Amino acid sequence: MMRFSTLIRNPADWMIGEGADNAVVLTSRIRLARNLKDQPFPGWAKKEQRRRALEIMRPAVEALPCMKDAFSQELDDLTSVQKQVMVERHLISREHAARGEGSAAVIERRQSVALMLNEEDHLRMQSIRPGMALRAAYDTLAAIDTELEGELELAFDHELGYLTTCPTNLGTGMRASAMLHLPALVLSDQIGQVLQAVNKIGLAVRGLYGEGTESLGNLFQISNQSTLGESEETILRRLERVISQVATHERNARDKLLEDDPAMVSDKIGRAYGVLRHAWIIDSKEALNHLSLLRLGGDLGFLPEGTVKSCDALLMDIQPAHLQLHSGRKLSPEERDSIRAEIVRGRLQSLEPPDIRSIRKNDSPDQEPDML
Amino acid sequence: MDCDICGKKAKVHLTQLVGGEIKKIALCNDCAKEKGVTDPTGFALAEMLLGKSPGKPVVPVPLSSGPARACPTCGFTLDDLRRVRRFGCADCYTTFRDEALQMIRGMHKGNRHCGKVPEGLMELHQRTQRLEELRGRLDQAVIAENYEEAAGLRDEIRQIELAVANRNS
Repeated sequence: MMRFSTLIRNPADWMIGEGADNAVVLTSRIRLARNLKDQPFPGWAKKEQRRRALEIMRPAVEALPCMKDAFSQELDDLTSVQKQVMVERHLISREHAARGEGSAAVIERRQSVALMLNEEDHLRMQSIRPGMALRAAYDTLAAIDTELEGELELAFDHELGYLTTCPTNLGTGMRASAMLHLPALVLSDQIGQVLQAVNKIGLAVRGLYGEGTESLGNLFQISNQSTLGESEETILRRLERVISQVATHERNARDKLLEDDPAMVSDKIGRAYGVLRHAWIIDSKEALNHLSLLRLGGDLGFLPEGTVKSCDALLMDIQPAHLQLHSGRKLSPEERDSIRAEIVRGRLQSLEPPDIRSIRKNDSPDQEPDML
Repeated sequence: MDCDICGKKAKVHLTQLVGGEIKKIALCNDCAKEKGVTDPTGFALAEMLLGKSPGKPVVPVPLSSGPARACPTCGFTLDDLRRVRRFGCADCYTTFRDEALQMIRGMHKGNRHCGKVPEGLMELHQRTQRLEELRGRLDQAVIAENYEEAAGLRDEIRQIELAVANRNS
């Protein structure tokens, strides 16, 4: 059985965009909600009933081929910091971390598949991939779901589909989402318009940590809201189309910013670099916002290759629970801000200053003249 | 008068207005019991005449609401549902069917599942969805007093139901 320390020692491939283009679409995630047919749902079940449901599910989940040597723990056996670290890594939900007896998490070694047992539903399964890969993430999870269906009798209704605790998840029980980094749309004030359009076609836009969280670091989550009345295929196709459109808007906005206002872009990226390299006290929000701009600089080629990856790893590592785990003790908010600054300075120590000349490359004479 | 179903002496006589037309039906005690005709007001004559849900007792839908209505499987009550807007177990979706259907109105792109079906349930699922569709059309045909079409639909429904019954036996 995998230990907690082993599980979180290294960032998962999906966290740092390993093997995929994650410049705009950081990650793609699928979540399926499933329930046992003959057990009361976790929120209504008594302690013994939750325990019973866990006893039914856990062997089936641990026997999945992908869960060989997986991390498998009851939440009661983890400290609150450990649970919080898993939340910050998107491996369990905030709701799940708040649940006690009878709840468990089973996480595949590479952290790309995570199953929550006795969350709001008996089973919440998620699959995450770097970049734009909703389809691949779904295929992985659908195969796991089918395998579990051979072992467990799931609650299914011919009219309402997979039955869930909350009627908002009925039908497919599927929530598909992508995390997007949209700094240029924010800088050029187009973000409101774009997100409104996304909302209008029935998709939800949320901040970094899902429902009810604010957007930090120019990161936005786009997901489907409706789960009933359309097939997984239809939902995925619409999401893919919308997400790639938003990504294209962001790309265009980046190009346009460089063309229209290179000084502003240079200034933003240069300041972010300066602050992150030399700050001694930095709160989470400020750090995320500067890392976002540094990440943009990395993608635009003003900072060396690997900058985007460093930023992505830092996004996780500077979160409060990660800092506590790192220092091995409880930290006051002031201490956290100092340690955060220390970690960021350390990681960026050898990062060269942004190459501002390359920002001007659009002015070079061999470029096609744009104005006719 | 003889029972319309088995020919024994009829004890229960029902009269109902269907689409402006008066329909009468006579049943013996046994058939009345079997068909669940205990509360004549909750009994749909047309359903029986046209063979909708044959053999299935007509379960009267309680009009009362409040804490008295509870899910027989998990004890979740209607008040609980109103309070938390969530359900207690899979069977709650049967117990509180009407409320569930009301809650999801406008919540999703549709009201009927299309998508992945659990392993081994596909054939049953397709047949069930087909039956529901036919029953819906049957209702429409009855309302429109299109009895010829209704009879055709009834036959098709019976055929599918028979196939299911044969498979199950």
